[in-house]
Amino acid sequence: MSTVATSQIKLTPEHARPRASVRSRLQDALPKIVLAPSFAITIVFVYGFILWTIYLSFTNSKTFPSYVITGWRAYQRLWGWTFDTDPPSSWYTSITNMGIFGFLYILICLALGLFLAILLDQKIRGEGMLRPIYLYPMALSFIVTGVAWKWFLDPGLGLEQTLHQWGWTSFHFDWIKNKDFVIYTVVIAGVWQASGFIMAMFLAGLRGIDGEIMKAAQIDGATTFQLYRRIVIPLLRPIFLSAFIVLAHLAIKSYDLVVALTSGGPGGSAWLPSNFMYEYTFKRNEMAVGSASAVIMLMTIVAIIVPYLYSELREKPR
Amino acid sequence: MSAVTTPARQATGGVNIKTINRIVIYGLLALFALFYLMPLFVMLVTSFKTMDEIQNGNMLALPKAPTFDPWLKAWGETCVGLTCAGIKGYFWNSIKMVVPAVLISTMLGALNGYVLTKWRFRGATLVFGLMLFACFIPFQSVLLPMATILGSVGRFGVTLQNSIGTNFGLGNSTVNLVFVHVVYGIGFTTLFFRNYYEAFPTELVKAAQVDGASFFQIFRRIMLPNSMPIFVVTVIYQFTNIWNDFLFASAYAGTGDAMPMTVALNNVVNTSTGVVEYNVNMAAAMIAALPTLLVYVLAGRYFVRGLMAGAVKG
Repeated sequence: MSTVATSQIKLTPEHARPRASVRSRLQDALPKIVLAPSFAITIVFVYGFILWTIYLSFTNSKTFPSYVITGWRAYQRLWGWTFDTDPPSSWYTSITNMGIFGFLYILICLALGLFLAILLDQKIRGEGMLRPIYLYPMALSFIVTGVAWKWFLDPGLGLEQTLHQWGWTSFHFDWIKNKDFVIYTVVIAGVWQASGFIMAMFLAGLRGIDGEIMKAAQIDGATTFQLYRRIVIPLLRPIFLSAFIVLAHLAIKSYDLVVALTSGGPGGSAWLPSNFMYEYTFKRNEMAVGSASAVIMLMTIVAIIVPYLYSELREKPR
Repeated sequence: MSAVTTPARQATGGVNIKTINRIVIYGLLALFALFYLMPLFVMLVTSFKTMDEIQNGNMLALPKAPTFDPWLKAWGETCVGLTCAGIKGYFWNSIKMVVPAVLISTMLGALNGYVLTKWRFRGATLVFGLMLFACFIPFQSVLLPMATILGSVGRFGVTLQNSIGTNFGLGNSTVNLVFVHVVYGIGFTTLFFRNYYEAFPTELVKAAQVDGASFFQIFRRIMLPNSMPIFVVTVIYQFTNIWNDFLFASAYAGTGDAMPMTVALNNVVNTSTGVVEYNVNMAAAMIAALPTLLVYVLAGRYFVRGLMAGAVKG
C-alpha cells in the first residue's frame, strides 16, 4: 500500500521536476507569509507593548520613561491609596466607582435587555420598528452619548427645569453635579447605550429556542411566568455568559463616557481606572503609577476573558 | 364535568386578562421607546432653537421658529480650542482617517481569515487565539509605548524632512491614527472572516487547487465573490468603531489640526470661554453622530450582525 502511495507522489509534476521545487516551496509557504505581517504586528504592538508597560510600572518613570528598575514602588503606592478613604484618594475613588458602575451597569443591562426581549417576543405588531429604536444608541460614540445626557441631566436646563415648568417645583435632580452621585449618571447613560444591544442578543437567543419545548410545557399547564423562569431563562444561559463578557469588557474599558458626560466629575469624583490611568500618565507626570494601573486593568480583563476564550476555542477541536 | 367547564371558564375570563396583558405589554414597550428616543429628540430640537428659546423655553418643546443657524455655525464658525473655523475640518480629518483604516484592516482580516481556515497549519489555533485576545485588551495597557514609538517615528520624520525634503508621512497624526486603528483592528476583522470562512465549503478550495489555481487566484476568484455579506458587516463594524474612537484620538492627535471629530466635539462642548451655546453644541454632536447613524439606518441588519459576531464567537 505504501509503495503505491509513494509512486503516486513521484508522478506529480512538481516533484518530478526539481527546478520547480523552490517555487513550490514558496507556494507552500505563501499562506504563512501572508499571515506573518498581521501576526508580527500583533506580537510586537500588543504583547510587546504590554510587556513594555509592565516594565515601566516597575520603574520610577515620571514625565519621561525611565528604564531603571526600582521595584514595586508604583504598586505599593496604589495599594496604599486603596485604603486612603479620608479624603478619598483618586485611586480609591476610581476603583470604588468601577465597582458601583460595573455592578449596576451589567446588572441593569442584563435585566432590562432580557425584559425587553421577552416583551418583544410576544408576537408584537411593530416589532420591526421598535427593535431599531432600542438599538440605535449602540451606533453612537460615547462622546455623543455623553454630550446628549449631559444636556438632558443638567439641573438648570434639562429634566429638572422641564419638570419645574410643568408644575412639579419640588423635583430635585442634580446628580450630575453631585460628587456622591455623579457615577450613577454614568450608569444611566451607559445603560441607555448598551441595553438595546443586550436586548438584541437575548431576542436572538429566544428565537433560537425550539417551539416544541414551549408547547409541551404549556400543554403540561405551566403558566407564562413558570415557562420563562423554569425553561426559557435556563436555556438562555450561554447568552447570559456572552452578554456578561461583553458588558464587563465594555465597563472596564469605559473612558470616553466619563470624559464627555462629567469631565471627570467634581474633583475627579466620576473617575474610573481608565481615567485614572490617562490622567496620571499624561497629565500628572506619574508614568510609573499610570502604567501600574494599566497593568491592573489588564489583569482584570485577563481574568474574565482568558477562561472564556479558552473554552470557546476548545469547544470545536479539529 | 369539570374537565368541560374549566376551559370554558378560562376562555371567557381569559379574553379580558389577555387584553389587559396586551395593553400592558404595548404600554411598556412604548415607554421604553420613549426612553431611548428622548436624548436624540432633545438633541435634535435643541439644535434648531435660538439661545433665547433655550434659556426661557421647555427642553421638550418643538422649536417655535426653527433656525438652521446653529448647524451652520457648528460646521463653519464655532471655536475648537483657540481656532474658530467650525468642525468641518475635523469632520474631514475623521474621514481621512477612517477610510484607509477600514479598508486596510478589512483586507488584512479577509486574507488572515482565508489562511486560518483554508490553509491550516500547525499552531493555527494558537495564532488565532493570540490575535483574538488582542481584541479584548484594555488599550490603556499599550497606550504609552505606542505614544513613545509614534514620538520617535515623528522625530525621524522631521529628520527626513530636513535632509531629503519629504517625511513619507512619518509623524503625520492622521497616518499615525490609521496605523494604530489597523493594528488594533485586525484582531476583530480576522475573527469575522475566520468565522465566516469556517462555514465556507473547503471542497471548493480543494477542487480549485487540484485544477492548479494558486493561493491568490483561489482567494480572488472563489473566496472574494462569496464574501459580500461579511465584507459589509466588517466594514460597518470597523467604520463605527474607528469613527467613534476617542481614546487613541485624544492620546495621539489630541491637539492641533489633525484632531478627529470626537476629540473636536469634546473640545467644543467643554470650551470654557464665553457664553456656552448649547444649540451649537447639540448641532455639532448631531453632525458627529450622523455618519454612524446613517450607516445604522441604511444597513442596521449588518450592523447588528457585526456586533453579535464581535460578542459571540460564531
